[in-house]
Amino acid sequence: MDSLEPSLYTVKAVFILDNDGNRLLSKYYDPELYPSMKEQKNFEMNVFNKTHKADNEIAFLEGMTIVYKSSIDLFFYVVGSAQENELMLMSVLNCLFESLSQILRKNVERRCLLDNMEGVFLVVDEIIDGGVILESDPQQVLQKVNYRLMSEPAYGFVLFDYITGNVEGETVKSQLLRMKTHYLNKAWPRFCSRPKSRSNGPF
Amino acid sequence: MIKKFDKKDEESGSGSNPFQHLEKSAVLQEARIFNETPINPRRCLHILTKIIYLLNQGEHFGTTEATEAFFAMTRLFQSNDQTLRRMCYLTIKEMANISEDVIIVTSSLTKDMTGKEDVYRGPAIRALCRITDTTMLQAIERYMKQAIVDKVPSVSSSALVSSLHMVKMSYDVVKRWVNEAQEAASSDNIMVQYHALGLLYHLRKNDRLAVTKMLNKFTKSGLKSPFAYCMLIRIASKLLDETDGGHDSPLFDFIESCLRNKNEMVVYEAASAIVHMPNCTARELAPAVSVLQLFCSSPKAALRYAAVRTLNKVAMKHPSAVTACNLDLENLITDSNRSIATLAITTLLKTGSESSVDRLMKQISSFVSEISDEFKVVVVQAISALCQKYPRKHSVMMNFLSNMLRDDGGFEYKRAIVDCIISIIEDNPESKETGLAHLCEFIEDCEHTVLATKILHLLGKEGPRTPQPSKYIRFIFNRVVLESEAVRAAAVSALAKFGAQNDDLLPSVLVLMQRCMMDSDDEVRDRATFYMNVLQQKQKALNAAYIFNGLSVSIPGLEKSLHQYTLEPTEKPFDMKSVPLATTPITEHKTEIASVATSKLPEKLAPSRQDIYQEQLAAISEFQGLGPLFKSSEQVQLTEAETEYVVRCIKHTFARHMVFQFDCTNTLNDQLLQKVVVQMEPSESYEVIQYIPAANLPYSQPGSCYTLVRLPDDDPTAVSCTFSCTMKYLVKDCDPNTGEPDDDGYDDEYVLEDLEVTVADHIQKVLKPNFGAAWDEVGDEFEKEETFALASVRTLDEAVGNIISFLGMQPCERSDKVPENKNSHVLFLAGVFRGGHDVLVRARLALADGVTMQVTVRSDEETVVDVILASVG
Repeated sequence: MDSLEPSLYTVKAVFILDNDGNRLLSKYYDPELYPSMKEQKNFEMNVFNKTHKADNEIAFLEGMTIVYKSSIDLFFYVVGSAQENELMLMSVLNCLFESLSQILRKNVERRCLLDNMEGVFLVVDEIIDGGVILESDPQQVLQKVNYRLMSEPAYGFVLFDYITGNVEGETVKSQLLRMKTHYLNKAWPRFCSRPKSRSNGPF
Repeated sequence: MIKKFDKKDEESGSGSNPFQHLEKSAVLQEARIFNETPINPRRCLHILTKIIYLLNQGEHFGTTEATEAFFAMTRLFQSNDQTLRRMCYLTIKEMANISEDVIIVTSSLTKDMTGKEDVYRGPAIRALCRITDTTMLQAIERYMKQAIVDKVPSVSSSALVSSLHMVKMSYDVVKRWVNEAQEAASSDNIMVQYHALGLLYHLRKNDRLAVTKMLNKFTKSGLKSPFAYCMLIRIASKLLDETDGGHDSPLFDFIESCLRNKNEMVVYEAASAIVHMPNCTARELAPAVSVLQLFCSSPKAALRYAAVRTLNKVAMKHPSAVTACNLDLENLITDSNRSIATLAITTLLKTGSESSVDRLMKQISSFVSEISDEFKVVVVQAISALCQKYPRKHSVMMNFLSNMLRDDGGFEYKRAIVDCIISIIEDNPESKETGLAHLCEFIEDCEHTVLATKILHLLGKEGPRTPQPSKYIRFIFNRVVLESEAVRAAAVSALAKFGAQNDDLLPSVLVLMQRCMMDSDDEVRDRATFYMNVLQQKQKALNAAYIFNGLSVSIPGLEKSLHQYTLEPTEKPFDMKSVPLATTPITEHKTEIASVATSKLPEKLAPSRQDIYQEQLAAISEFQGLGPLFKSSEQVQLTEAETEYVVRCIKHTFARHMVFQFDCTNTLNDQLLQKVVVQMEPSESYEVIQYIPAANLPYSQPGSCYTLVRLPDDDPTAVSCTFSCTMKYLVKDCDPNTGEPDDDGYDDEYVLEDLEVTVADHIQKVLKPNFGAAWDEVGDEFEKEETFALASVRTLDEAVGNIISFLGMQPCERSDKVPENKNSHVLFLAGVFRGGHDVLVRARLALADGVTMQVTVRSDEETVVDVILASVG
């Protein structure tokens, strides 16, 4: 029978897709699994097509066990071998999701994730290293990443950036809009999960 | 560019992607600001993110541009912004393979790894190890050792995991850190514990004794980390498997005790380990099954899935152990996760009674279109197993399968269905016609060449023997008209078989053959011409030899022999008998292992076991000139398990000689054996010609020595012989740790068990797909018949098994399976005797008080017939 070779290499791949199945982030840890970019994207598309309609938590595709979770317009996937302990994969997925949810202040949606992409890269790097589970406790991950939300800097800081010409290309309008959304963010966190549009304010 | 998408952002709100229209060249252009002073952390951070994002999207970076960006990035180490520094580490890791001279950052990383900022240290270690090679590793070895035992968990974990990654590259260096890893294993931090255990196991996995010690230590002291527990369970079950440890061993007790762990992950791992153990009794399975049963009602889908997947595995071997869970499984068949539902149903199909089959099949057909191909294969396999269990249900199954065959699906899925239908046909003669009809319909519209040829081959084999062979001709000939070359060629071969077996069809087959001879493909034309000419002779023997029972030689062997033949210019025609025969693979029992586990690796045409031996033996100069290897036996144990030395023997038969290969293992770590030979004393007129010793036999490294024996020429009937064997060798005591031997040694010997050579060693199995034709081909010139009474045998099954293993011949026409409730049976056996003589045996068995057997033997050589009859008697 196919018994498991005892090894720390648990995770074969991890990826985050948007609600069209486009890759936002993906890491493949087993060089033999889908070595080319084309194969990887095919696999991701196949997985997305089979999973995005039903929120079923777990699937078995192309000989891999896949655990997944969705949030608004994001899909998180952790892939392991067919014989892998499903609960180990789940603990990785949960840790990933919880950690991201905390650094994104519960706004686990595409826009917010993309705005804080560096934080996302760092979180994934702290959870899995080359396929080995490095950490599975979200609190530990946050502590290690020590990441401040991108939209954190205070008013004055943004203004300073603006004055020194750091935010090239941004119009005054968009800057002010951004400041406004910071404030909205802080004041009414629930608001931010809704699509922001111009009709929200006087600008 | 940036301006553009920022504007667009505003327009479309949250829907757009700030990275969507990134262009590599623009980003690299931006990366120039890395060189500006003072460094602007926020802007630099954003650019690094863009670079990593692009790499992640699969954008290709050329070596020059990557190197340029990488070097610019190294300047950012001057900034003290934490996130920026962390992103630098990530960039280093991402670019390690595409940029040149990445080692330039070694000193910066070494500084960070040993510095005061704990946040930097772990990630710096991981980045550093990513760019380090074996020679540089020695330079940082001191730091790595310190880091492994560092009291900051993230530092220790990072060092341990990085060491594990580097074991592949520099095993010898990492091996030296084993004491540090040992110390880390007793850390309080759960992840450090887990990583240390993983590294320790990886370093010691080839040393069974060390693994055992490690297991003992940790199972006694207990661990905190659930991950580490899972790892321990896996190591323990692997060790149990390798040592054939009984289930009363402390390792098994440990695994069983984990069933009571408070973490579900550990409980599941333990249950799964028990279920996967070979030869588990129902009583040992029971606790594992009952925890899985509990998991079936968990609110977590992953846990339900895990439980039912594992129960499904149990049901394959021990259906009765799972019946207790039937109620829980019934609840899962409507689970919204179709994977869980499918697994639940297929498990029930294995455990349920015959009466529930119809209901379950109906349930499953309601959603079979929604599930993935992988699970459809699982369903098909469940059906296949069911057909073996309840042969009477074959019509329901056949209908279901034919419906599935019509649906869309990938190759694996279709192949599973076709295999399943074929196995039903072979098991139930009454389902043959419906099955063949379904398959005929399928090949009318089949895109998979492999399946079409497989079905055509089956039609050729079974079709002519059905009551109405003519109705298959149309389907076969359609293939000749419509399909690709490979399918057309297979169709021609199938047609020929109809022509050879059915005289009334022969004229029409010849007409069709004539048409095939005008085919555009060489292979198709060649086959048609060949068959046409054979068929026109209207000779049964020719038909049998060239149409029904093709070549029985090993294909790699044939290739090698032909190549050899072309190298040596000779007048002699090529002799088919010099080619080693194909060994029929030891028929494994239908592998029902769910493809949930199958790997996707393409199957390679592996050389058979015998081809490997042939090559190994040919490499030994003493054995040249023995001719082709005729047969290699299975391994025979010549020592008891758990003794000082383990010796196994493989008997290689050649035309006039036998070579005994002794695979010896020395299990004493304080001894080195030299000049090892196995001395053999034959009981008959066999003559030992030469011993080829194994020069050195160090601890736990297997070695082989050989003994060459000449078979008696004057008495061809002397086929069986007993050899008493003694292993002789020179012992040198050595240091158990270093393996350094003393200078002096002394001679010693070790008595092994006797080795038997029997008639089976002289006969190679050959499958004759059409036994009747082969029987006629050999003819009755040297036919002999005798009747025996097998007093000690009680059932026909037992008798059949005994005869097959005694003669070592291949049962044909599935005659090794005795139908139930019959009291007579005919067994057909085929083989080739040493020297290349075909032997066929027909044994009629009748059951009355004991079994009576009438054996008829045919061969093209009289002595062979005598040998067989003499040895049976």
